[in-house]
Amino acid sequence: MKWIDYENAKTVDEAVKILSQSGGKARPMAGGTDLIVQLRVKDPRVDADVVVNVKDIPELNELSYSADKGLTIGAAVPCHEIYNDANVIAHYPALIDSASLIGGTQIQGRASLGGNLCNAAPSGDSIPNLVAHNGVATLAGPNGTREVAVEDVCTGPRQTCIGKDEILVSINLPNPGDGFGANYIRFIPRNEMDIAVVGAGVSVNIAGGKFTAAKVSLASVAPTPISVPDAISALVGESVGDGPIQKAANAAKEAAKPISDMRGTAEYRKHLCEVLTRRALNTAVERAQGGK
Amino acid sequence: MTTADYERNMVLSNVDYKVVGTRPVRHDGADKVTGRAIYGADFDASGLLHGKILRSPHAHAKILSIDTSKAEALDGVKAVATASDFPNTGDKSVDLGEDTTKLKWLRDNILASDKALYTGHAIAAVAAVNPHVAEEALALIEVKYEALDPVMTTQEAMSSGASILHDGLTTQELGEDTGKVSNVASHFQHVKGDVQKGFSEADVIIEREYDTKTVHQGYIEPHNGTALWSPDGRLHVWCSTQGSFVVRDSLSDLLGIPVSRIRVTPTEIGGGFGGKIPIYVEPVAAILSKKTGAPVKIVMSRKETFEGSGPTPGSNIKIKLGAKSDGTITAAHAWMAMEAGAYPGSPVGAAAQCVFSTYELENALIDGYDVVVNKPKTAAYRAPGAPNAAFGMEQALNELAAKLGMDPIDIRLKNVAVEGTRRPDGPVFRRIGAKEVLEAMRDHPHYQTAKESGHGRGIAIGFWFNIGFDSACNIAVNKDGSINLTEGSTDIGGSRTSIAMHAAEVLGIPVEDVRPSVVDTDTIGFTAVTGGSRTTFATGWAAYEAAQDVKTQSIERAASIWDVDSDSLQMEDGVISSKTDSELKMTFKELASQMSDTGGGITGRAAVNPKGVGGSFCGNIVDVSVDDETGKVTIERFTCVQDVGKAIHPSYVEGQMQGGSVQGIGWALNEEYFMNDQGNMANSSLLDYRMPTSLDLPMIDTVIVEVANPGHPFGVRGVGEANIVPPTPAIANAVSDATGNIMTQLPLTPGAVLDSGK
Repeated sequence: MKWIDYENAKTVDEAVKILSQSGGKARPMAGGTDLIVQLRVKDPRVDADVVVNVKDIPELNELSYSADKGLTIGAAVPCHEIYNDANVIAHYPALIDSASLIGGTQIQGRASLGGNLCNAAPSGDSIPNLVAHNGVATLAGPNGTREVAVEDVCTGPRQTCIGKDEILVSINLPNPGDGFGANYIRFIPRNEMDIAVVGAGVSVNIAGGKFTAAKVSLASVAPTPISVPDAISALVGESVGDGPIQKAANAAKEAAKPISDMRGTAEYRKHLCEVLTRRALNTAVERAQGGK
Repeated sequence: MTTADYERNMVLSNVDYKVVGTRPVRHDGADKVTGRAIYGADFDASGLLHGKILRSPHAHAKILSIDTSKAEALDGVKAVATASDFPNTGDKSVDLGEDTTKLKWLRDNILASDKALYTGHAIAAVAAVNPHVAEEALALIEVKYEALDPVMTTQEAMSSGASILHDGLTTQELGEDTGKVSNVASHFQHVKGDVQKGFSEADVIIEREYDTKTVHQGYIEPHNGTALWSPDGRLHVWCSTQGSFVVRDSLSDLLGIPVSRIRVTPTEIGGGFGGKIPIYVEPVAAILSKKTGAPVKIVMSRKETFEGSGPTPGSNIKIKLGAKSDGTITAAHAWMAMEAGAYPGSPVGAAAQCVFSTYELENALIDGYDVVVNKPKTAAYRAPGAPNAAFGMEQALNELAAKLGMDPIDIRLKNVAVEGTRRPDGPVFRRIGAKEVLEAMRDHPHYQTAKESGHGRGIAIGFWFNIGFDSACNIAVNKDGSINLTEGSTDIGGSRTSIAMHAAEVLGIPVEDVRPSVVDTDTIGFTAVTGGSRTTFATGWAAYEAAQDVKTQSIERAASIWDVDSDSLQMEDGVISSKTDSELKMTFKELASQMSDTGGGITGRAAVNPKGVGGSFCGNIVDVSVDDETGKVTIERFTCVQDVGKAIHPSYVEGQMQGGSVQGIGWALNEEYFMNDQGNMANSSLLDYRMPTSLDLPMIDTVIVEVANPGHPFGVRGVGEANIVPPTPAIANAVSDATGNIMTQLPLTPGAVLDSGK
């Protein structure tokens, strides 16, 4: 019978030290909503001898905003704190699309966006949204801290660039600037308790009736959540309207490399990429023009 | 729900009742809502061991060898079991409650001997000091397989050159053994009139083929069982089952010990819907207990429940209908092949009894094929086979109506079965309520209100027969005038209260004065399964008779106290009185307080096997919207109309109607066993086996129609099953109405609905 040790880290340094000393067999745990399930079903990708609680580390519980630094989301901040936060509501309302979508009410009391990123599921519901918000992850390891764009964190299904002796400290979303609107939507056959068949996270900045910046990111259509550069170039510099949005949606469909499985065929998923990207961009434009 | 909702119910019976038809609080309610009710997995005993089962990773394979030595050597492991631990008592036919099978097949399904016939097929089992050690030991059991090609659908299984599941299985063709080894266990026919002649007389003909997938009942509580085999040879089993006597009798067959040595105590049950009629873990726990001398508990996981219990089959159905231009059906042919799973015994026989039974047909032909495939052996699921059949028939009939420019309810009323109609499979209907259900649908505000723009509307009606079978009931009168009622029908839908209401009605006492208990097999007479929509009908009848027995004895006792002729006395509303002398009057309570001094206690008893079953018809009106870009279907409005004979407890009847509707909605929209190329189920979790959540469902409006069943003292019809029959075709008809495309396959997943337009 396999026993797993439990350690409670109080500081970033302490957590890193435990990870470094565990020969790659330690797993940081924030809400544990993915990790505990994976340990219970003995997921071979989660071969842990030690589970390190990181919920008591102050930096991982930070949720703060300033105009020049933007929003800092500690890696262990649960979803319910995010969607109830006044700064999030005021400056990053589209983040709530994901934070309120992940799990049910009880799960949202534990699950964190940091955990969602570290879990690196192709279907992670917050990752395209964090990408759309130009998120940057801060990692801490034995040699100090480093920063990585969220869109570069995931390297494969359940695989990240985060070292086995590193932890995710926080995610920073820069100040989105004026005329910004974003949206994350996913398609599921049911209305709750499901994994995205396709997810689309998008953002736009609009000035003078033109797209000045944009992001399009998709979930569940490749080994990792992906960005769609062709969608961005279809939008930026163009006048706001259906034409560029349709071009961007078509680009999303082209960029998707989905598999066929029990959640949908590859062909159906590609089709949904077009539909969801278009719908999300329309909402993002509406939000940008309506202020929220 | 408001009172106005209830007033829409159509009460056609003209008998007044005091208790029947009211909505008392259920006797088991407080224990259930406070978490005190004892379910199988809660069971504990001193020295309890935990059993786990090793299951086949192959859909179809020969078992070459099983080496358990390393598992047996693991610290904490107390015993390991395989099929070789069953006694060698030879093969025979065994009764499964609603069905029969061969002992070898029953045994092999519990622990495979020579072949693994589906992924998840039980191969070996371990008993250990805790579940973790047991699980670790499973990984140490070495099984050598020779993998074979899996056969996953009836089409594959019936094709020439298909891989053969059973070398000893030969096709029964119209009752004759052909001697031909095949995956087709049987082909049967029901013939009425001359279909060729009927089709030649038709002005229009509709012919279409339909496919449905394997689906699971989805009961929330997984299978479980604890066994204690005592040194004196007595076996006591505690388990979650729909039939404690079926468990007892099956254990007797499997283990080769007499029923008198076996006691089965049914625990509370967290859903069954037919899936808890067969046994799976109980015999394994018994073998492990015999080997260890300790009680052994086995609880399935959800994955095991999907892969190792009994779902309802996928099917391939062809329907051909011919009609005159006035809508009169001149001929009907149903060709139905259903997956039995690993061993013969699909519900195609029941499907054949239902497919055309709503209609008065002059010429009908039904072909049924029972086909084995490499999936779990199918079990009953709420009106087994009938929803598959109705998915075809009720869509084809709508197509026919559309072709004739007729309203879909009108074409059904034009052909509806009534008292005296002979079903194509033989039986002649007594008084039934098919016509009344269709009329209630037609007149319902839902049907009378135009659908919203962009929505699709569909209707369908379905039939399910009922069974009678054995039931027993004992009543002991307490000195305070309350009664203890014991019965043997495990309660999956509030039945103990409905049964208690039968006794309360007869004795004229409040149902709160009845204490009903579902007891073990040592404590009550033989009672058949909770299935076939029989429980309230048959065990209710036993309670009615047992209460009549108490009533008769109470009158006789009062007669002896008063020294009068018992014929001169009557008992009404809980009061015994003389028909002639107004001075002679005594309440049942007063009599009860004097029992001991006047001759001893009073107990009533009854054992019945009632034959007067009344089938039930159920119809749906469904409005849907369809997202034309994603194909996602939303159920916007849903109305369920059912003839229930007499609703003993209307809230439970409405609950049955809503429950059947919800399961039908899940079956229609998303549920399926998604099998990969190797024949493994890819979605064996409640996350990916998409049953509807509360957010996927509208309010299910219910309309109770009461056309009394002449075969029951209160007019009861079995109501538990017919309500799952119409949802799949009603929803398919609504989606067709919204999209303009015919829906020939279940489930109507978003991708499938989108593809239907291509």
